[in-house]
Formats: sequence, C-alpha cells, structure tokens
Amino acid sequence: MKKTRILSSTSFLLIIVIWCVITYGGLVAEIFVPSPTAVIRKICESSADGSLWANCWISTKRVMIGWALAAVIALPCGMVMARSQAFNALMRPIMEFARYLPVVALVPLTILYVGIDESQKYLIIFLGTFFQLVLMIQDTVSGIDVNQINAALTLGASRTQLYKDVIFMAALPGVLDDFRMTIGWAWTYLVVAEMVAASSGLGYIILKSQRFMGTDVIFMGLIFIGLIGLLTDFVMRVLTRIIVPWYKRLGDA
Amino acid sequence: MDKLTVSELNKVFSARQGDVTALKDVSFSVRESEFAVIVGPSGCGKSTLINIVGGLEDKTSGSVMISGHEISGPGADRGMVFQSYSLFPWLTVQKNVEFGLKMKGVPAKERSETALSYIDMVGLNAFKDALPDQLSGGMKQRVAIARTLANDPEILLMDEPFGALDAQTRMLMQESLADITGRTGSTVLFITHDIDEAILLGDRVLVMSRRPGTIKADIDIKLDCKRNHEALTDEGFIRIKKQIMTLLWEEMDVKGESK
Ligand SMILES: Nc1ncnc2c1ncn2[C@@H]1O[C@H](COP(=O)(O)OP(=O)(O)OP(=O)(O)O)[C@@H](O)[C@H]1O
Ligand SMILES: [Mg+2]
Repeated sequence: MKKTRILSSTSFLLIIVIWCVITYGGLVAEIFVPSPTAVIRKICESSADGSLWANCWISTKRVMIGWALAAVIALPCGMVMARSQAFNALMRPIMEFARYLPVVALVPLTILYVGIDESQKYLIIFLGTFFQLVLMIQDTVSGIDVNQINAALTLGASRTQLYKDVIFMAALPGVLDDFRMTIGWAWTYLVVAEMVAASSGLGYIILKSQRFMGTDVIFMGLIFIGLIGLLTDFVMRVLTRIIVPWYKRLGDA
Repeated sequence: MDKLTVSELNKVFSARQGDVTALKDVSFSVRESEFAVIVGPSGCGKSTLINIVGGLEDKTSGSVMISGHEISGPGADRGMVFQSYSLFPWLTVQKNVEFGLKMKGVPAKERSETALSYIDMVGLNAFKDALPDQLSGGMKQRVAIARTLANDPEILLMDEPFGALDAQTRMLMQESLADITGRTGSTVLFITHDIDEAILLGDRVLVMSRRPGTIKADIDIKLDCKRNHEALTDEGFIRIKKQIMTLLWEEMDVKGESK
C-alpha cells in the first residue's frame, strides 16, 4: 500500500521534473512549452477573475449530464440485450454500426437538429459514450454467474424480480467499472463538443488559445481536465467501494 | 402418494456435430418424504435429468409431474441446491436465506423468523450477518441448503451438492443433511458420484446406465444401523455397496467414452 503510493507519486514527480528541466533549461522555446511559472501565473490570474472555475464548472456539467443520460438509457438496454436474443438481434447491428461513427462527423448534424445551445453539447457527449456503454454493459451482464440466475429462478423469482434483485445486483460491480471508464471517454468528447459553436468551457479556451499561441492557457486547460478526470475517477472508486462492498477485485488493497 | 413422477422422459441435444441423446425413456417416481439418490457414470445425463425436473432445461418428450401437475419452467415448488453453492454474494447469510420468501412477498418479520430457524437448523447462528465471501465451502453449502428449505419446496433437488468439499467436511454435511431432512420430512432427489454417500443418504438408489441414460436399477436401501459414518463398515451397507459397484462397473467403458 505504502509502496504503491510512493511509486505513483514518483511517476508524477518525474513528469514535473522533466517539464522543469526542458523549460528552465531552455531546451525548448517558451512559446511551445510554457514554464511551470508561466502556467501557475495563468492559473492564478484566471482563478482570481473566476473564469477558470466557471469554465471548469460548465465543462464538468456538460460531461456529467451528457454521460448520465447515456448511462441511464444504456443500462436497461444493455441488460435486456444480454438476456434476450431477440432484442440483441434487433439492437446489435445498430449499436455496432453507430459506435464506429466518429462523433466529430456528427457535429454538423447535431447543430442542424438541436441548434447550438447546451443540449447540443449534451447530445455530443451522449453520442460519444452511449453505444460503447450499451455494448460494455451487455458484456458485463452476459458474464454474470448463470448459477445465480438459476438459483433465483428455482427460488421463485419472477421476471422483474430476476432483473432487479439478481441480474442488476450481480452485474453492478462490473457496471460501475464500465461507468468509470466511459466517464473518462466523455471528457474526450467534451473537447469535440466545445470545438464548434461554444463560448465557454475548458475545451473552448484550449482551442481559442491556439490562435494566439497561448500555450500557457492550453497547458492550464489540459492540467485541469486531467485533474478533474483524476478526481472523478477517485470519486467513482470510492463510490464503488461504498455501493458494492462485497466485491473484491484483483489488485485491490 | 408420489411427489415426483417422471415418465418416458427423453432428451436430445442438437449440437453442430450431431444430435446427442442424453436421456432415453427415463421413468421413475419419488414418494412423499422419500430420499431418492441417483448414481451413474459421468456424462450419463444425471445433471440433464435434474435440470429438466428443476425446469432449467427443456425436455424433448415425456412428462414430469409434481404432485400430479405437469411442470412448466422453474418454480419455487422445486428447490435446487447446486454444486457451486450459487449464493448471492451481496446478501448476508440471513438475507440469502430470506430470498425465496421475499420473492413470495412474505412480510419482513415473518421472513426473518423463518430464516433464523433454518439458519439455526444448519448451525450457522453465529454467521447470520456474514457475507458469503467470509464462509468456508461447507458453510456456504449449509446456507444454500437453508435457503432452499426456508422456501418450503415440494421437493429438494440436489446435484452433487457436496462434490466440491473435502472428505471430512463432506462426511459432516452428509450427516447433517440426513438429520435435517429426517426432521423436516422433505422429499429429496439427490445426485452423486459417491456410492457411500448414495447409500448413507438414500432410502432408494437409482442407478443409471451410461449415455443415453436410462434407469438401470432401483434399489431400496434398508440398513439396520444408524446412518452415520459408522455405517460405512456395516455388513448390510457393504453388501449394497458391492451390488451398486457391480452395476456401475458394467457401465464403465474402459476404452473411454467411445460411443
Ligand atoms: N447443452 C448441451 N449441448 C449438447 N450436449 C450436452 C449439453 N449438455 C449436456 N450435454 C451432453 O449430455 C450428456 C449428459 O450430460 P450431463 O451433464 O447430464 O451428465 P452428468 O451425468 O451430469 O455427468 P457428470 O457426472 O460428469 O456431472 C453428456 O454427454 C453431455 O456432453
Ligand atoms: Mg453432472
């Protein structure tokens, strides 16, 4: 436990050291890689005027709403696909097709259909995560112990009870993992969502800064996306431990 | 009165490599409060048979009746105990035992009383709040048995329930199962590889032939001694054991599963 923590901090420190060396050591031009001092100065400035927090918040909100919509719909879809061959035959081709569509290519359509307000951002994140999530959940549910289902059936569970009290519960640890993975992806699609027709958010300030060679802002944006990602991941892990305390995984301390 | 009546039961699995006849014209019945044991060579269709009775597998033809009613699908009237325990890992021992009653909509208080009395019966009072993960294999199987009994099924179906346990635990489990089913008067259909186990537990032992499985012999077990580990050296016990071993040996294909 202690040892792994030291190792994890070491890898982080190493990146920071390399960053310091190449910037303060003058190995690359400041305009390509800003120095830590420059980035920290930028962070202080934009947190003082509140714009940093506003942008963090709006981006987080977009990710969470778009992703949550996908999760809420994908869960029953994936569960039923895993259990019903007919429903699977019906849905699978659509899902497989849709998940290979690059979300960037769907941006023009989303703007045509829903305009450029917030719902378009949610839609992009939804489209980016939904299809994958359905297939992941289907896979997770297919992997649960069929003996538990048989036991429940011979104990008199009805169809609804089977889904609610057994299949859902048995799949829950895996589903929470699927959720955690896809939240990460949702952040990728956020930048897609904020690339066009947006005027706020971390993705937006990163893209805007490119025009002025504002690498310090770009670095700040990247660092904050990374930090929020880490935080989300941490929260999800803690939640998983609280929601499914019976579940032990290889490598868990 | 017959609890379970199986008649002219056939099962053919259609596989890509051709059809496999697992069961051929299987007929037998189990009386109320009787402990019937099925033994047979590996792959003869024992699990297939018990899964059809449990409603987890479809039959090809024939009939399976519980108290005179044809079965359709799985149901709480036929409680199953699996070799793999199959407890719900997210529920405590007590909640596992309450599961069937909860499905039936029994009120919480009554549920908990019933569950506790069966947990007591299998000797796991101290573990009622433990999660399955914290139990040994033998304890898990005790919980599974209590869970099935608490549901008060018409018949208890057990497919090699002690197959995964070590020899000592197995012996203990056999004795407590004999004791419990003696007290509850449960009707049991029990499958095993272990001839000692079959004779120790069974009022009757049904011997199956190798695939396609049929019932080859139906032996009433009458022992003068008490049914515990001491019976293993009883003369009557040994005589029946020889008889069953001969029957099974005839079904052994020395060249392996050639047909
Ligand atoms: N789903 C299936 N598809 C095709 N064949 C099957 C299927 N299930 C079982 N069989 C075949 O049916 C036969 C009987 O299988 P079964 O599992 O009932 O045997 P068993 O008597 O329980 O064996 P064991 O004592 O090893 O548990 C075997 O030859 C097996 O290969
Ligand atoms: Mg078997």
